[in-house]
Amino acid sequence: MARLLIDKDACTGCESCVPSCPFGALSMKEGIAVVDEKCTFCGACVDVCPVTAITLEKEEKAVTIDITAYKDVWIFIEHEFGKVGSVSFELLGEGRKLANAIGCKLCGMLFGDKEAVDKFAKEVIAYGAEKVYVMESPLLKEYRTDPYAKAAIDLIRKYKPEIVLFGATTQGRDFAGTVATTIEAGLTADCTGLDIDPETKYLKQTRPAFGGNIMATILDYPNYRPQMSTVRPKVFAMPSKDDTRKGEIIRETLQMTEDQIRTKVLEFIKGTETVNLADAEIIVSGGRGVGGPEGFKPVRELAEVLGAAVGSSRAAVDSGWIPYEHQVGQTGRTVRPKIYIACGISGSIQHQAGMKTSDIIVAINKDPEAPIFKIATYGIVGDLFTVVPLLAQEFKKRLGR
Amino acid sequence: MKIAVCIKQVPDTTDVKIDPKTNTLVREGVASITNPFDEYAVEEALLIREKYGGEVHVISMGPPQAIEVLKNALAVGSDKVYLVSDRAFAGADTLATAYALSKTLQTIGEVDLVICGKQAIDGDTAQVGPGIATRLGMPQLTYVSKIKEINLEKKKIVVERLLEYGREVVESSLPALLTVVKDINEPRLPSLLGIKKAAKAQIPTLTSKDIGADENKIGLKGSPTWVMRVFSPEARGGSGEVLKGELTEVIPLLVNKLMDTKFIK
Repeated sequence: MARLLIDKDACTGCESCVPSCPFGALSMKEGIAVVDEKCTFCGACVDVCPVTAITLEKEEKAVTIDITAYKDVWIFIEHEFGKVGSVSFELLGEGRKLANAIGCKLCGMLFGDKEAVDKFAKEVIAYGAEKVYVMESPLLKEYRTDPYAKAAIDLIRKYKPEIVLFGATTQGRDFAGTVATTIEAGLTADCTGLDIDPETKYLKQTRPAFGGNIMATILDYPNYRPQMSTVRPKVFAMPSKDDTRKGEIIRETLQMTEDQIRTKVLEFIKGTETVNLADAEIIVSGGRGVGGPEGFKPVRELAEVLGAAVGSSRAAVDSGWIPYEHQVGQTGRTVRPKIYIACGISGSIQHQAGMKTSDIIVAINKDPEAPIFKIATYGIVGDLFTVVPLLAQEFKKRLGR
Repeated sequence: MKIAVCIKQVPDTTDVKIDPKTNTLVREGVASITNPFDEYAVEEALLIREKYGGEVHVISMGPPQAIEVLKNALAVGSDKVYLVSDRAFAGADTLATAYALSKTLQTIGEVDLVICGKQAIDGDTAQVGPGIATRLGMPQLTYVSKIKEINLEKKKIVVERLLEYGREVVESSLPALLTVVKDINEPRLPSLLGIKKAAKAQIPTLTSKDIGADENKIGLKGSPTWVMRVFSPEARGGSGEVLKGELTEVIPLLVNKLMDTKFIK
C-alpha cells in the first residue's frame, strides 16, 4: 500500500495543503494536517507544503515484464460511412512527434472490409505511418465491439506496441476500454496533451479532470505495456498529407466468425444536423442568456449568414432548449474552429474546456464580469437579442447575401 | 429479471470553482451527489422492472459516506443496495475499479442486465462500464439513449445508441451491460415514504474479502496508471479586447476585424 505521510512535528499548521488537494482529502485537526480515505496518492499536496512535512511513500512495483520487447507507436484508425475520422489523422500527426522522441516507428492499426482497407491504408501512409497493421474481413465492415476488440487484442499481443492511441470518440472509447481490460494495460481517457519523458522515454498523458477544473498528468507503471490513451478530437492539428510516402502493409487474419459476435447493427438513423460541429470552421453558440428555445433564433440566423454550425453551452442543453448534439464543453464536444462566437454564454471552465483552442473567440454578453470576456479575442458587452441580429445584418451586407 | 446498477458518489463538479489568487480548487461547500448519469441508470432499471418485473440491485464503491447515494437509490425504489468499501481499494484507477465492481456483481448473483451511467462527472473516463462488461464476459452497449425491446425468452435486447452522427439501432444477446446517456429518461424524485424507508435501512458493506478480490488487482496495486502531477488548467491568453461605444460603431468594427481574418467566405 502506498501511504501519504504527514510529519506531525514538522507540520506548522499553515493549511497550505488543504486547498491543494483535488479530492478534498486533507483537513486540519488540532492544528495539524490530517489525511482521510479520499486520498488517491496523487501527490499534489507534497509540493505545496512549505516545510516538506508531507511525503508520499509509494510501493515500488517490481517490473515483471520485458519492457524492451514493446516497440513503436500505434494509432487506431477509425472510420465511418466510408471516411477516416479526422481524429485518426490528428493522432498520426501527434504520434509522429512521439515516435521521433522515442526513436521508433509510427504505425497505423486498420480494420475493415476490402473496400475500406484498400482505400484507407494508403491514406494512413500518406499521413505519416511507416507501417499499417491490417485486418480485413466483411465482419469488420462496421464498428462492433467484439470483432474489433478481438482484432486489436490479437495484434497487440503479437506485435507488442509501446504506445497505442485511440480517438476519444464514442467508437474509440467503447473499444479502448475493452482492449485495455483484456490486456490488463493502463488506459488514460480523453487526453489533451501527450509527451515523452526525455529520460525514461515513458508516455506522459495529460487530461482534464473534475469537469476541466484541474489537469492531471498520468503515467503507466513500467510493468504494464502498452501505454494506451484515448485523445480528444480537435486537440491536435491535422498533419500534412504526402501521397509519395511509402510504407509497409502487414496483413493478419481475423480469428472470429459471425456466430461469435454478440451484437448486430440493425439500422442507423442519421442525425438531423446539416453542419457538423466538430468539423465547422465557424461556430455560433448560445447559452443560458438566450433564455429559451426560441432564443436560439438569432443565433441560428447569424450562423446561417456565416455558413457556421450552431453550438450551445451545457446550461442551454440541460434546460432542454436545444438537443445534446450541439453541446460544446467538457461533457459535450471539443471544437477548434477558426471563429467561435459565444452569445449569452458566461464561459464556465467546463465550457472553456471544449472551445478555448479556437483561433478567435468573440463574446457577446450582458454581464461585463462574465468569465468568457477573459478568454475572448473580441468582446461586446450588450444584449445578445440586439447585438446578434445587428451582426447578422452587417455580415449580410458585406457578404452580399 | 434481475438488473444491477453501478453508481458513484461524486463532487458536484459544476459547483467547483478555482480560487483565482491561489489557483487551486475551492472545495468548500461543494456538495457530494450521485453521478448524474448514474441517476438515469437507476431510473432505467426501475422502468424496466415496472414493465418486465424483477429486482433492481444497486452497488456503489467508495468511502463509507458513499452510503448516501445508496440511500437515494433506495428512496426512489431500488430493491437492494450494497456498499463496496475497503481501504484496500484506495488509489484504484479504472482497471482496478472495474475489476472490483465485476467481482461485486459476481458476488450478488447472476444478473440479466447491468446498467451504468455513460461516465462519471469527476473523472469523465467512460472506461469502467466497458471494463466491467469485459471482466464479466458480457457484450456491452454504450451510450444507450433508448431501450426498444427486451425479449427475455429469446434473451435478446434491442437498443438505440447515441453516436456523433446519429443513432445506431443494435441488437444484443442477454445478459449484457448498458451505459446510458441523459436522453434516455427523466429520473423520478423519491417519495416521502421512500425517504423514510431508506433512512432506516441497514446497508450491507462488502469488503475486498467479501467479494473474493485478488489483492494484486485492486487499489493502487492493481492500477497500471498513476497520477504524476495535478495542476490548474492554463488560462487562454485572450487579448480580451472589449469593443466599447455605440453599437452603430462597434458592430461594423467587429465585422471588419472578422472579415480581415479571411476565415469568413
